[in-house]
Amino acid sequence: MSHRLPHGGRLIDRSRRLDLTFNGRRVQGHAGDTLASALLAGDQMLMGRSFKYHRPRGVVASGAEEPNALFGLGTGQRFEPNQRATTTELFAGAQVTSQNHWPSLDYDIGAVNNAFARFLTAGFYYKMFIHPRPFWKHVYEPFIRHSAGLGRAPEAETRDADRYEQLYAFADLLVVGGGIAGLTAARAAADAGKRVILCEQAAHWGGRAPVDGAVIDGREAGDWVEDQLAALRTLPNVTALDRTQCVGLHDHGYALAAQRLADHEPGADKPRQRLWRIRAAQIVTATGAIERPLSFAGNDIPGVMLASAMRDYLVNWAVVPGKRVVVVTNNDDAYRTAIALHHAGVTVRAVIDARPYVTGALPDQARALGIRVEAGTAIRQAEGGKRVTAVELCPQHADGAKASERIHCDAVAMSGGWSPVVHLWSHCGGKLTWDEGGAFFRPDPDRPPLGADGQGNVIAAGSANGAMAPGDVLADAHAAGLRAVGAPDSPAPQADSVAEEPLAPVWMMPARASYKLRSKMWLDPQNDVKVSDVQLAAQEGYASVEHTKRYTTLGMATDQGKLSNINGLAVLADALGQPIPQVGTTTFRPPYTPLTIGTIAAEAQGPIFQPLRRTPLHGWHEANGADFEPVGQWRRPYCYPRAAESREDAVKREITQTRESLGLLDASTLGKLLVKGPDAARFMDMLYTGMMSSLKPGKCRYGLMCNENGFLMDDGVVARLGDDAFLCHTTSGGADHVHGWMEDWLQCEWWDWKVHVVNLTEQFAQVAVVGPKARAVLEKLGSDIDLSADALPFMDWRDGRIAGIPARVFRISFSGELSYELAVPAGQGLALWEKLVEAGAEFGVMPYGTEALHVMRAEKGFIMIGDETDGTVIPQDLGLSWAISKKKTDFLGKRGMERSAMVAPERWKLVGLETLDGSVLPHAALAPAEGVNANGQRNTQARVTSTYYSPTLGRGIALGLVAQGPDRMGEVIEFRGDAGRMIPTRIVETCFHDKAGERQNV
Amino acid sequence: MSESISALPGMRYSGLVDLAEAGPQGMILLRGDLASAGLVAAVKKVTGAALPDVRRVSAGKGGAAVAWMSPDELLIFGARAQAADTVAALEKALAGQFATVADVSDARAVFTVTGAQARDVLAKACPVDFADFPVGSIRRTRAAQVPAAIWRTGDDAFTVICFRSVAQYMWVLLTTLARPGGEVGLYR
Repeated sequence: MSHRLPHGGRLIDRSRRLDLTFNGRRVQGHAGDTLASALLAGDQMLMGRSFKYHRPRGVVASGAEEPNALFGLGTGQRFEPNQRATTTELFAGAQVTSQNHWPSLDYDIGAVNNAFARFLTAGFYYKMFIHPRPFWKHVYEPFIRHSAGLGRAPEAETRDADRYEQLYAFADLLVVGGGIAGLTAARAAADAGKRVILCEQAAHWGGRAPVDGAVIDGREAGDWVEDQLAALRTLPNVTALDRTQCVGLHDHGYALAAQRLADHEPGADKPRQRLWRIRAAQIVTATGAIERPLSFAGNDIPGVMLASAMRDYLVNWAVVPGKRVVVVTNNDDAYRTAIALHHAGVTVRAVIDARPYVTGALPDQARALGIRVEAGTAIRQAEGGKRVTAVELCPQHADGAKASERIHCDAVAMSGGWSPVVHLWSHCGGKLTWDEGGAFFRPDPDRPPLGADGQGNVIAAGSANGAMAPGDVLADAHAAGLRAVGAPDSPAPQADSVAEEPLAPVWMMPARASYKLRSKMWLDPQNDVKVSDVQLAAQEGYASVEHTKRYTTLGMATDQGKLSNINGLAVLADALGQPIPQVGTTTFRPPYTPLTIGTIAAEAQGPIFQPLRRTPLHGWHEANGADFEPVGQWRRPYCYPRAAESREDAVKREITQTRESLGLLDASTLGKLLVKGPDAARFMDMLYTGMMSSLKPGKCRYGLMCNENGFLMDDGVVARLGDDAFLCHTTSGGADHVHGWMEDWLQCEWWDWKVHVVNLTEQFAQVAVVGPKARAVLEKLGSDIDLSADALPFMDWRDGRIAGIPARVFRISFSGELSYELAVPAGQGLALWEKLVEAGAEFGVMPYGTEALHVMRAEKGFIMIGDETDGTVIPQDLGLSWAISKKKTDFLGKRGMERSAMVAPERWKLVGLETLDGSVLPHAALAPAEGVNANGQRNTQARVTSTYYSPTLGRGIALGLVAQGPDRMGEVIEFRGDAGRMIPTRIVETCFHDKAGERQNV
Repeated sequence: MSESISALPGMRYSGLVDLAEAGPQGMILLRGDLASAGLVAAVKKVTGAALPDVRRVSAGKGGAAVAWMSPDELLIFGARAQAADTVAALEKALAGQFATVADVSDARAVFTVTGAQARDVLAKACPVDFADFPVGSIRRTRAAQVPAAIWRTGDDAFTVICFRSVAQYMWVLLTTLARPGGEVGLYR
């Protein structure tokens, strides 16, 4: 049985007991445990069910590569699925649930799939569920969704209880990995005075070396690591981060690293995780190596685990997964596990070594301890259900038809050799080379990822670079650290290495195994992909490793094939009769391990999910019951409903009172761009369709702005401030775009024109004072400007003071009423508004929102960018030819709007629309026409662009684009309403109210 | 006549750093050819400050400061009450030159960030290497999702300037990032 030894465990603190619950059952652990070590100590060998066949699965690894032991962790607002038991630190009260089983882990109905495994082979989904088509949606998909998959998503309405943040950091050198290689490389660069960030994925430093018993510069590896770390931490140029997983390398030395600050102490008052966004001149990947499983039948049964993992559990946590262990290997390193187990008092039944001759120092040491070593031997199959009970042996070169021997055991340690962790190296274009001796891919130093200068900016170091013995690791890493920062040579730390004999590449055990055995050899336990599946894919023509991956699902999901990829592609290469390097690897993509959405979102949640832009009057609007709507990133009052008043009624009230007496609008969001310089007039003539150079200072003119294609982009009133200065008003949502548009032309095309553009949008609060009483209220507030119709006529502007506040007063109107827009410094906007509200009380002053604004402009037939325009509309479509100069030789969009399609007579053009029954047309309604188009769709002849109830007219009004609309005045066409109801509608002029414009000219 | 009020008058917060809204601040934008002797002379005459080097702020008389904002743009700091006069003086001194002066005092919000952890807190929002950011430097960057300018006024003191409309966003952002528990220890 799996158990904890009475002594030892370098990472656990036996004086601190931490308990967890597993599927409701209490399990004891200690501080320093991972979930996996605590569960193994409690003899919880069965940890989950596999994806497809629901086979029992136990922990197989001790690190990020773990494919099986994935749990739901926590509850409610802190529930998270697919947490790797091997890297999740135990904390008091951890609530852990296993995944992918029903009704329970021990008794799972889905395991019936296992009996049908021969039907669930590679490409099963593609082959099976193609016909009949409707079955996919109604039968197959619901079934698969129910039975497949790993963790469940958190409940839809829960909110993550934790906070997250990001941090931008910069370094001369980023070292990824805090094993002896990373520490050595970091030290070498730090001693040269360079700024170094060193990150380690685990909570402890040193990687494998302390477990494997390395001796460095005469010190036990664990002690040496402590010394190094202490020395590094005293250096001001070094930032050493534990619990920090570098998940990806991106262009130009940009790396992402996720730091776990409170995963191990949930509820602590600090960010749970922090995403480091690091820009490093050079990067050393000291990411170590991952041991490979061996492919023998039954290698997925709980109790079968990596030899290195078993050693980790023993040395780090004093946990042994069995009392009688069989070790199976193709290399010398696994003997370390056998020897360590033996020294810990665990019975090692045998070391099964696939190599025909076993002569190394470590095997000799094992033999000397009395451990049985079987050379040239394979495990024919492992036996057991929820736990391994025995292994059958046969010669490695055989087909496994019969067993030569059966050994009872309750755990199997397997080692198929090691693969350098080359993920980060590969993320940004680093290439790999096949290492025959180690039978692994390692980084090709001649083809590294390239930085901004075209030079390599990543160096792999230590076992990540294929240097496996401690002495080689240190020399390689020291050299990498020096080279990365261009430091002069210096002596590297030294370690004695035990000589190891070469491994024998073993991709299948036994070598000529029958189909029956191959169909029980798991390559990818997470995705239930077996040797036979990859071979089938090859038979069916999947020659590319990328296609095979997708066809079989090898190497997908949360572990991304960290254990399975090399074994899988070796099997594929064998089936294709090609050398492994020719088959190549699948693409390594970030992230190396899953990243929480929380770290990506970071602080962008709740009130700062997105910036909300607020006008200087925002607080007043809030205090006065405004019902807001988004306009770009602004929030603008839609209307100001009073108690128990509907939005519709509020809008009607605001319009009626504005037209009858006085309304106020916060127009601060309007874009205000200052265009100034000796060439300003010339520039304005290019930007706008109309003639702006002829505008006199003190005057305003309405202008249209088109893009190069002639499509209407923005509109607004331009005021000429002086001979060389214009103030351009833009739409609220268009200000930043238009500003960028202007700078683009000035910087890229007309760079020698003497024009400056300054965005003054936020310098001013702008208030529209609208209605028959507008002049009266301003005169009441007092002004040094003569506001009379003669002195300040429509479309003029003046600078002066209103109520003592410096103001620019524009006599412009978007409502058809007598109207002044006042621009005052933003910091005095509230004061002005409050004075207007106070002084306007006798006129029944009514603040109005964007909906009243929209209705009033529609009553006047004024267009709204984004309603009447959609990027395909030219000014001529909207009856705005009058705003296009015919005298100018050029302006942006001029040639575009002369193209044949733009001048075609059948274009849809803007008209007014009145339903015969006075009802309000549905938004965006279409009017069908005779016949169908080339796609068999009904032809249309018109669409509604704006539609409102007009309280002024007491009926629905609309604007719309109608095929040859202006030529069809008075014609009645039908728009399609809800449920196919046809709505007879008369085509009328666009202006519904005060066609002579008398109201605004008083 | 009413006084101009700043975006979030009087707001203060103490966490990993001390945060405060700086109150009304005179800010004048000047665009022109920074290499022209006329512009340099005008700036010197009106503010008393020499033309700042790239990404630097130079001090002038009476608390004025002139910040380099881009190859053809300066931002001139001073008392809010003096801003209109300074604009007029600059326009007079620059008469006949291709230069644009605009009062942007009310278009911006200004915050101060002070304390030993100021750089760590700002590094949570700004993609800026604060190790390469001496006192007297200014940098246009972003703070999370909004544009910002960061001015290092002292070893542990920064001024953050953003558009007025996003003052509330900036305030909640900075107070969130300065919450105790979020210590970093990157800049020591």
